[in-house]
Amino acid sequence: MKGMTFIVKKITQIICPIIFMFGLYIIVHGHLSPGGGFAGGVIMAGAFILQILANGKILPKLRKEEEGLEFMESAAILGFLILAGLGLLISGGVVFFANFLDKGELGKLISGGFIPIENIVIGAEVCAAIATIFIAMVVYKDEEKK
Amino acid sequence: MNSLIPLFIIIPLGSAFVMVILGRFIKNFNKFITPIFMLSLVYLTFHFIINSEGSLIYLVGGHEPVGDVPIAIYLVMDGLTKLILLVISLVGFLAIFYSLSYTKQYTAERKFYVLFSLMIAGMNGVVISGDIFNIFVFLEIAALSSYALIAFGVEKHQLEASFKYQVLGGVASLVILFAIGFIYWNTGTLNIADISRQLNVNSNSLASVGVFLKFISVLLIAGFGLKAAIFPFHSWLPDAHSSAPSPISAMLSGVLIKAVGIYVIIRLFFNMFPLSYELSMTITVLGTISMIIGGLLAIGQWDIKRMLAYSSISQIGYIVLGLGIGMLVLATGGDKAVAALSITGGLFHLLNHSIFKGLLFLSAGAVEYRTGTRDMRKMGGLSEVLPITSRTSLIGSLAISGIPPFNGFFSKLIIIIAAIQAQYYVLAFLAVIVSVITIAYFMKLQKYTFYNNDGSKWKDKKIKEVPFSMSFSMILLSILCVILSLLVIPEVRSVFLQPAVDVLINATDYSTNILGI
Repeated sequence: MKGMTFIVKKITQIICPIIFMFGLYIIVHGHLSPGGGFAGGVIMAGAFILQILANGKILPKLRKEEEGLEFMESAAILGFLILAGLGLLISGGVVFFANFLDKGELGKLISGGFIPIENIVIGAEVCAAIATIFIAMVVYKDEEKK
Repeated sequence: MNSLIPLFIIIPLGSAFVMVILGRFIKNFNKFITPIFMLSLVYLTFHFIINSEGSLIYLVGGHEPVGDVPIAIYLVMDGLTKLILLVISLVGFLAIFYSLSYTKQYTAERKFYVLFSLMIAGMNGVVISGDIFNIFVFLEIAALSSYALIAFGVEKHQLEASFKYQVLGGVASLVILFAIGFIYWNTGTLNIADISRQLNVNSNSLASVGVFLKFISVLLIAGFGLKAAIFPFHSWLPDAHSSAPSPISAMLSGVLIKAVGIYVIIRLFFNMFPLSYELSMTITVLGTISMIIGGLLAIGQWDIKRMLAYSSISQIGYIVLGLGIGMLVLATGGDKAVAALSITGGLFHLLNHSIFKGLLFLSAGAVEYRTGTRDMRKMGGLSEVLPITSRTSLIGSLAISGIPPFNGFFSKLIIIIAAIQAQYYVLAFLAVIVSVITIAYFMKLQKYTFYNNDGSKWKDKKIKEVPFSMSFSMILLSILCVILSLLVIPEVRSVFLQPAVDVLINATDYSTNILGI
């Protein structure tokens, strides 16, 4: 797909990192404030999509990116499942999804046991999934033009 | 023992995502791992059926109830769950073993196994969950992967069928979600056992509860009835089940419509809602109509898989009829033994139907695989070139038409006897008539597909019998068609069917067993 004008590219270059950081912020503060893995993941995917829309990308590169994202998505879900399974193992084969880490102090960034880690995994999964959907549509349209 | 319950969800879900990652690097990894994990699920199911009694409960996350309010997500393993899990894992294993050869015609072969595992995970989740919202979530997992599987060949008619199913399935999901919202609004809980307790306790204090119950029941019958393809909601089924790849047709017709449709309907209407005469009558009448309509529509079909799809509607009608008569007898305070007999018939037919309809779809798939057509008018004489497929298909047809000594005869007989004992003579008469209609269209199927001429047309084309993995699944299913008739013997029945029947007969015990109050 083709890129846009110089002005759009420059502004994207400036705001994309900020959007990305904001997404990360929402993910890691998921257990303290509104938002969390899903909302943060969507925002991060927004940064990716903006980048592709503004700068454009050739078809083979998009396909490669799609494959990478697919891999990341499955790995993230698997990570989530492994975390839940670890709970099952550590609790002596009794509790699936057991929160086996130290719960820490209420309101601190590092607290809540493994919930922040799960939020990060969910964030990766949602980001990858939404970017995959977007890229799949772009690839479909580009192929149709040919 | 209890801690093994989540494995029914972990194993298929985990394998699906491992397959996405590793299947890329290791050749034939997916083909190798899927039958193995299905076999492990079969083993686990038998382990539970033989070694456990009563209802087992598992609290996800280990959150104990606070006071008498359950806060964890409950996984419940009781007799009914075990029966449906047996159907899922057994037919699932044979269907995936069949697919090993069948899927060679597709380019994206790897993804077939991933989607299949996700569908299994969804169905297992629906069956095992004791929480109505989780049922919805897993239902969507199963439904979404089945949409993709129906359109797997990406031909025009497959995409069209998948789209039709998606639109109707979307409406059904919306209606179900709406009903769940109403239930949560009125009872303040999503746990099926707790909802049941709230409805029984508060049935007198809430003025709106009668209207509320009726409204929700109608929504739920519409939603899950669409998933189960009961009469007014059946229009998606003939397209979807005939267009899908054959092992998937076998899974959809044999398992999916029972696990996400019939199972949820009976679980909710027996164990969650208080039984009422109007509701039981509605379900019975819908079952009877779909039994007749499905049978009548099947006669005129010339597409082999489309005929089987209409036949599914008809047989689902039988199952609902059996269960509905049981509900009617229980709701009117009749003899519990009659209700038990009727429910036994319904559940027995559910088990049987999944076996012989799976077999018939696999046989139809084998015919399509070798001849490349689904039109019966272009076939004929195939018994000469496809001896195994022809025999297995004949056994399936005899079983579904209710010819002794095959399993279909006994389940239909039990349903008819129960209908007579419960004094619903018209229903018994209709069940017999539809059974005759069933013989008629399966005779048509057999004649036009496998006999009718000497098959010289196919001999000239040098058509051979299907590969080992396909014929193995079909042979095993046809053996099961004979073995399952052993379930009429009370000793065998007490292991496999009786626990499931007990759960439904003692409907109100469900919530006390789960909550322990």
